[in-house]
Amino acid sequence: MDGGEVELLAELSAAVGAEHVVTHEHQLRTYESDGLLQYAVTPRAVVLPGSTAEVQAVVRACHRAGVPWVARGAGSGLSGGATPVAEGLLISLSRMRSIVEVDLANQRVVVEPGVTNIAVSQAVGPDHFYPPDPSSQIVCTIGGNVAENSGGAHCFKYGFTTNYVTGLELVLPDGELVQLGGKEIDHPGPDLLGAFVGSEGTLGVATKIWLRIVPKPEAVRTLVAFFGSPIQAGEVVSEIVSSGIVPGAIEMMDNLSIKAAEGYTNAGYPTDAGAALVVELDGSDAECETRFEEVVGICERAGADSIRVAADEAERELIWRARKAAFAAMGRIAPNYYVQDSVIPRTRLAEVLGRIEELGREYDLKIANVFHAGDGNLHPLVCYDGSVPGEAERAEECAGLIVKACVDAGGSITGEHGVGVDKKRYMPEMFSDADLGAFQRLRCAFDPDQRANPGKVMPTPRLCGEVPGPYRQHPLEQAGLAERF
Amino acid sequence: MATAGARRSAPASAAELAAELAAAAGTVRVLGAGTKLRWAPDASPELELSTAGLDRIVEHNAGDLTAVLEAGVPLARAQETFRQAGQMLALDPADAGGSTIGGIVAANDSGPLRARYGGPRDLVVGMRVALADGTVAKSGGKVIKNVAGYDLAKLFTGSHGTLGAILEVSVRLHPLPPATATAVGHTHSPHLLAGGAAALSHARLEQMGLDVRWAAGAGMVLGRFGGVAARAQAESAERLLRDAGLEAELVAADEPLWQAQRESQRSPEGLVVRVSALQTDLEQLAGVAERHGATLVGRAGLGLFWLRLDDGDASALLEDLDGFVSLTLDRPAGMALEPPPSNALLARLKERFDPDGKLI
Repeated sequence: MDGGEVELLAELSAAVGAEHVVTHEHQLRTYESDGLLQYAVTPRAVVLPGSTAEVQAVVRACHRAGVPWVARGAGSGLSGGATPVAEGLLISLSRMRSIVEVDLANQRVVVEPGVTNIAVSQAVGPDHFYPPDPSSQIVCTIGGNVAENSGGAHCFKYGFTTNYVTGLELVLPDGELVQLGGKEIDHPGPDLLGAFVGSEGTLGVATKIWLRIVPKPEAVRTLVAFFGSPIQAGEVVSEIVSSGIVPGAIEMMDNLSIKAAEGYTNAGYPTDAGAALVVELDGSDAECETRFEEVVGICERAGADSIRVAADEAERELIWRARKAAFAAMGRIAPNYYVQDSVIPRTRLAEVLGRIEELGREYDLKIANVFHAGDGNLHPLVCYDGSVPGEAERAEECAGLIVKACVDAGGSITGEHGVGVDKKRYMPEMFSDADLGAFQRLRCAFDPDQRANPGKVMPTPRLCGEVPGPYRQHPLEQAGLAERF
Repeated sequence: MATAGARRSAPASAAELAAELAAAAGTVRVLGAGTKLRWAPDASPELELSTAGLDRIVEHNAGDLTAVLEAGVPLARAQETFRQAGQMLALDPADAGGSTIGGIVAANDSGPLRARYGGPRDLVVGMRVALADGTVAKSGGKVIKNVAGYDLAKLFTGSHGTLGAILEVSVRLHPLPPATATAVGHTHSPHLLAGGAAALSHARLEQMGLDVRWAAGAGMVLGRFGGVAARAQAESAERLLRDAGLEAELVAADEPLWQAQRESQRSPEGLVVRVSALQTDLEQLAGVAERHGATLVGRAGLGLFWLRLDDGDASALLEDLDGFVSLTLDRPAGMALEPPPSNALLARLKERFDPDGKLI
């Protein structure tokens, strides 16, 4: 530990209290990964500020000392976005979990970043709810949701985090405190608020968040229909959507995921079904009822093997239990899996599924498929056994080709998990050098020294040129280690 | 209607537009059809660079409910295409004709559909822009769900062309509702108006529009419903309005009502101010409108209102809005308009995207 580090740690202890600065090796290990365990880095220290002023003091200290940092919510992300940097600090927002204000009259909630997603809906019930519902919603935090622009099963109809954030209080990487937006929507000028949401912790730390909430729908109707194949079920999805129905959620599982989930949950899904399609409609009683009958009719005409309609909340929970357990249940199929988060235009489903099947054969790996079918967000789970030499590498290569197939079909490398460290190598599949250069301009306006979550999102390190002023070559650039944009 | 002294150019392709932007030595104002030039602060650009020549509907993927539009496509023309497939771009700002999709997004303009479907920021899923140095860059994509890379489209929404020129947008579409019906509540009390609006915004009903209107001592709350059971839902809303003390009626042929709401967001010669407020500010803002002889329309559930003063003391009205987050749109001839307030962060963005300060 050098003199500078001792000084920084003393400053941090003074700012947040020594008991909220973690430096012990064993304790640091708790923070070495987020939800994606294959990436693990031990940070120099973990700080747990308890207020906006403390976050500001911590970030300022890092700025003065030239130390990079990574902000972290619950650490449930699936792209390695909260993986620490070895030479830097991890700033955990887990102590900042107050609901600052519930303003039902204006349908707004103001929260600190460490508040969990589910806590927002709980705070505004029984008449209102907060729609974005990532499946980790019991633990994941609003601060993390803002960083990742989290979605969830209901986002086809209700949208993503970005559609519900109306204001942010931010600590910028130089320690400056700014507020973007507030309770009101549409503040004049460029939508900086929107640019911050989904920036994966690379532009600053949100210390207070204003959220919009909406009335709960009057009625919810849920069914699960079973089909011979995902392609057949995919045609049903297209027919539902093209008849003008916007389901609250529409989710699909293939045979492999049905088998895994059923073995785990006993939800009563037939294990010989080629595909399960969960359709949930919500809205007013009259609208929901009429449309639900239409959906049942579409499923019947398409030759569904069986249809189960939830008669009550308990049956609805049972239908959802299998879908929600799909990831966790994969352990029954293989010791390890590699999950992708690609998106395709829904109409290309058959073609992309064909390609995934072909890749599974070619690489001799089992691939289970779970989709958010309405918005074309696929979660192919490439199963492998990490104890077999070379199999993990083969799975990763196969997963990479799946991503490529999705981008080639006009899609995206990630629908909701974020780029983080895990998908940054795929960024050039979607974005040209000029596109990445434009991203970098935004990054540099917020964080010219690139100390906020460095090494994430962008595929290769890029520098921020001095603005304004003459061109100067950075040592990294001279060494050929980075490009300038 | 070019600005006096400015050279006007409308390149026929995105590449030419980017090249012309890069080559420009002086100040440049980017515009679409120029229908909102009165919203711009006073300035005399040397070049007015119009996207009107970029008017191709590049893709309409009906099955995916998405489309790719060049910036200069008039919204009305795009809507006609979508309508034939039973779809719409859920964006309905005041449009006397010709407003381009690029201009609407750059100005962050929206109409009554905002209540249900969001504004430009929520409907644009990808964007291609030309930066001041001629760099052509894109963000987002063509799918509705996508978190890869920074969301530059948001940054350009509401930027009024000061960070670059929007060349192309990808948008999310929605199905056209099979039928609509509107519950209308009438009142002469700003207090009851606010109460009626709050009753609907907090109801468990799925409204495609929730608007209010106040003009010359009379107010209206309008709750619009779309769907197979539009009428049944509107009847529920009608009951809620009646319970809130308003005189309520149900209007089946409701389009003219909504057209009037949209039209009140523009004034051919007077003043229009957009106020970003809260639902609970409605009573106060209706009072402001009443005092100044202005018309108020807006999205009650969102707290987003437009005050229109065709004839009267514009500066006195603006003074009364002190303390509200507001943006002056249309303004009477001769009324000066300061550039919108900047801050350190915006200044740094401007330096990165337009270091020479070319785009005004």
